[in-house]
Amino acid sequence: MYSKREIIALNIANMLHDGDFVNLGVGMPTLVGRYIPRDITVWLHGENGCVGQDATITGTQEEMQRWKAEHGGEDSDWKTGHRDLINASCEYVTLLPGGCCFDSSIAFAMARGGHLDATVLGGLQVDAKGNLANWMVPGKGVPGMGGAMDLVCGAKKVIIAMEHCTKEGAPKLLKECTMPLTAVACVDVVVTEFCILERRGGRFAVTAMNAEIEREELIKRTEMELVFDKRLHEMEMPAD
Amino acid sequence: MIDKVTRLETAVDSIRSGSTIMVGGFTISGCPLGLLRELSKRPVNNLTTISEDIGFANTSSFPAEAIRELFTGGRIRRVCASFIGANPFVNELIQKGELEYELIPQGTLAERIRAGGSGIGGFYTPTGIGTIAEKGKEKKVIHGKEYLLELPLRADVALVKAYKADSMGNAVFKYSSANFNPLMAMAADTVILEVEKLVELGEINPELVQLPGIFVDQVVLPERRAADVQQT
Repeated sequence: MYSKREIIALNIANMLHDGDFVNLGVGMPTLVGRYIPRDITVWLHGENGCVGQDATITGTQEEMQRWKAEHGGEDSDWKTGHRDLINASCEYVTLLPGGCCFDSSIAFAMARGGHLDATVLGGLQVDAKGNLANWMVPGKGVPGMGGAMDLVCGAKKVIIAMEHCTKEGAPKLLKECTMPLTAVACVDVVVTEFCILERRGGRFAVTAMNAEIEREELIKRTEMELVFDKRLHEMEMPAD
Repeated sequence: MIDKVTRLETAVDSIRSGSTIMVGGFTISGCPLGLLRELSKRPVNNLTTISEDIGFANTSSFPAEAIRELFTGGRIRRVCASFIGANPFVNELIQKGELEYELIPQGTLAERIRAGGSGIGGFYTPTGIGTIAEKGKEKKVIHGKEYLLELPLRADVALVKAYKADSMGNAVFKYSSANFNPLMAMAADTVILEVEKLVELGEINPELVQLPGIFVDQVVLPERRAADVQQT
């Protein structure tokens, strides 16, 4: 059985095009990389300073310690992976031929300057005006906004990957965000495990739905007002 | 002939109590851990750090005792960063009121440092409009879009890290480890560069230099400890 996160990641991956430059945020958005169709090349951007992330190197803690010791210096490179080559989630990655590395100022010039086709971020709340809150839960410490506030400025499409409701079942798609904002009127698309929402002409329209949920049920779990596209698609489900 | 190569033991002597220090790195990628470890032994206090995150305060990346040395007894009093993150030790100090912090969006932080090192008096950015980051800042509409005025950022000392450098301080970074390092190296009165490898003058092809030596004051090659190889 697939998880909510897998449904969300797959449906976002399906929106990407061959040749797109895309930033994947920390957490659920990094999962999107796994579902990018094999017949296209998407250039994954990391605000820490690289484009063209390919494989992620994973292993147990011990395996990773050994890997790091073996992958420093001149003997290893971007094809094999290197101790100094990570993505913004701090995972070790390899690069595709054609990838490149740069400093943080250039990394954010790419984002703010409109050079990214899409940026995918997690969300705590999205409201009817397209406002996003995704960096701070009041009363729960001070993690910091990282690059989120910059990444949503300038990307051609801002896609939010988030579960439809909180763990307690409260809606996250609201009339108005109650948590500290990341940016104002920045969200273009929201993908949850139940539906895909696209913001057009200042309002969100449901363009696709999970076949396992009824329209009434979706409305009940959503605080913001929803309009439904005339040609409503069915969301794709991951293969078991 | 200019020779900026300095012993680790004397490199951080220029850091005085009350100094503001920039620290390079994205978590520990490109973070000058050798210099920080040396700093943790020094009797200085009331330091302010400016860094992307405070990855050097994460026990999975840096020996716990060195972190405690850096953060307790008022050594580091204030941190400016874009991400403090899941760092129980630092969060505890903040809760107790022993550590002040300022959060700055990551791209704004990078550009403020770049401005500080480039003689630029500030810049307008769309980042942070409509959020708590706009508090107290001048706003301006340019070509119909709203922007915030952000001011340049400088420090007394920058601790930065590259893969290799020559004795002039011309440096090369490995892959994604440049991050804030070349920017911070432009924006401090004293710039101390930690490297993994020292090379002869002329060994780095001039067209491949990523950090020109003009920005660097001292070059340090810390003795590589087995623990570092394992930890970093």
